[in-house]
Amino acid sequence: MIRLAPDQSAQIRRTEKVEFTFDGTAIWGHAGESLAAALIRSGRLHLRDAPEDADPRGAFCLMGLCQECLVVLEGQTVESCRIELQPGLDVTSLRYGADG
Amino acid sequence: MLLLCGTAQMADLIDILVVGAGPAGGNAALAAARHGKHVVLLDEQVKPGGQIWRAKDSSILSAPQTPEGSAGDALRAQITKAQIDHRGSTRIWQIERQSEGWDVHVLRDGQVERLTTKTLVLATGAHEFVQPIPGWTKPGVFGLAGATALFKQNLSPPGQRTIVSGTGPLVFFVASEIRRLGGTVAAVVTPNTRRDWVSKLPALARRVDLALRGALWIAHIMMNRVPIFWGCSVVSVEGVARVEGAEIQKLDANWAPKGETWSIDADSLCLGHGLIPSIEAPQLSGITISYRSDLGGWVPDIGQDGATSVEGVFLCGDGAGIRGATAAELHGTLAGLSAAEHLGARTAKERATLRPRFNRAARFGLAMTALSTPRPGFAMLTKPDTIVCRCESLTQTRISQEVEVGAASSNAVKSGLRAGMGPCGGKYCQTAIARFIALHENRPEAEIPPSAPRPPLRPVPMSALSANFDYDDLPIPKPAPL
Ligand SMILES: Cc1cc2nc3c(=O)[nH]c(=O)nc-3n(C[C@H](O)[C@H](O)[C@H](O)COP(=O)(O)OP(=O)(O)OC[C@H]3O[C@@H](n4cnc5c(N)ncnc54)[C@H](O)[C@@H]3O)c2cc1C
Ligand code: FES
Repeated sequence: MIRLAPDQSAQIRRTEKVEFTFDGTAIWGHAGESLAAALIRSGRLHLRDAPEDADPRGAFCLMGLCQECLVVLEGQTVESCRIELQPGLDVTSLRYGADG
Repeated sequence: MLLLCGTAQMADLIDILVVGAGPAGGNAALAAARHGKHVVLLDEQVKPGGQIWRAKDSSILSAPQTPEGSAGDALRAQITKAQIDHRGSTRIWQIERQSEGWDVHVLRDGQVERLTTKTLVLATGAHEFVQPIPGWTKPGVFGLAGATALFKQNLSPPGQRTIVSGTGPLVFFVASEIRRLGGTVAAVVTPNTRRDWVSKLPALARRVDLALRGALWIAHIMMNRVPIFWGCSVVSVEGVARVEGAEIQKLDANWAPKGETWSIDADSLCLGHGLIPSIEAPQLSGITISYRSDLGGWVPDIGQDGATSVEGVFLCGDGAGIRGATAAELHGTLAGLSAAEHLGARTAKERATLRPRFNRAARFGLAMTALSTPRPGFAMLTKPDTIVCRCESLTQTRISQEVEVGAASSNAVKSGLRAGMGPCGGKYCQTAIARFIALHENRPEAEIPPSAPRPPLRPVPMSALSANFDYDDLPIPKPAPL
């Protein structure tokens, strides 16, 4: 099939928007998508600070290898690119400072 | 001997355990099952499909179909129909020889588990190489191949305005997908020149379907007035705690940066420079490796139809050399048939008819690998204060100090500095360090082998261990003496 790719974003149907919190702020995402995808869409890219020098980091490989997307969920450190979003998740960044 | 707490658990002996449910592993499982073997197919992804045909997540109710989507759906339907025991969300973290065959240690639902199999088919695919550049650790920089996971699984663009920079055909696919999903592409930047592409016309002519698709991506990008910078690379990332733009520079014929630079604003950057075979699982099962630049770097030594020198272990797909998805499917079928043959099936005739098709597909894949693999000058993009090892925040300077005091292998850099010993297991720095040593000491990359992988291959949380194991029972070998 020959077509020059049109913008198809309006043709994608997703599950309802649900709310979760990231560092105490309410954010919405679609139930069942990856937590990293919801955070990226909301513009929250800075998910953790590197342990050695507090360099800001966020999701990078998106395939569960690099460990740059780590966040804290229910006391556990998890890869946000491999966690399914559910309503009411309480997520915190692995950051030393609170700004930015 | 591994002790399980509580009731002793006798694992069923599996005929053929396939690791990786991509085009290679999925087809290996199907081929072996056709010959009546008891097959278990494991993958850390939820559904089969691998990297190229990664399935949509459950947030997507309906969406326009794509070629990747329909090929993946076809594979998933076949696996369901063949009643293959597919176990998703299952991470393999250790492989051990034992008397009956192999013990494979997995992590699933936060629990560790052991499976025992007579034969193994390893189809672990590839991960991507990204040349470290100043600012590449900033939030908003994504791997070029990694970004396709966001497109396929979540159907989301990586930001509002994205620069796409990288090698081979993937850069055009990524740019086209971002636009399809409603994002804006600020620029496409590729070290390849138009002449590099023209030199691959004979290979492209053999796969008119794929060549046409690539031409459409490029035409679409050009028609929409997105600038394409050929023979260039993003050389640094601008922004404070996130991407705000990137600096672009021309490259010379050896891909070293030269001449003036210019900046483009963006809130995200997709950056990637080819794929590297994921060889850790084959290495753990005792397979030796060799350097093959045409196959993407260090690859396990394999014989015909995925056979190896280790009895009962078979390899296929990009994990055995980057030959692309079509070759991976055929290689998978061949390896699955070889494993079935090892357990008594008669498959020689079937394999003989498939082999020429595999060789043809591989020729096309290798032409794309050649376009995607960086030339030696590209290592100069990494500057003295650029972070090379993301896990330990080690700069090029720290690593070169170690090289100067005589750490002439990535192994030695690893033990001296812990580069490559962080949670990513060296996947994102090892090759860059080897290429740096090669450039610095004017030695071929073939003399700088990657370090031996150490289990766990994937992070295993302490909670998973303490639930089932006494920590001392872990089958993790002591670190090698330095
Ligand atoms: C992120 C990424 C995206 C890509 N996108 C494209 C694309 O869009 N188009 C294209 O032409 N090529 C793409 N490629 C190239 C692609 O790898 C191959 O062409 C094709 O997918 C190879 O098939 P395969 O079966 O050999 O490997 P893969 O498809 O990579 O399958 C390997 C499977 O093994 C699993 N696995 C690996 N290690 C473990 C472990 N320890 N435990 C559990 N499971 C494990 C992985 O989850 C994966 O599903 C991509 C590569 C990468 C790395
Ligand atoms: S983004 Fe790399 S592990 Fe999640």
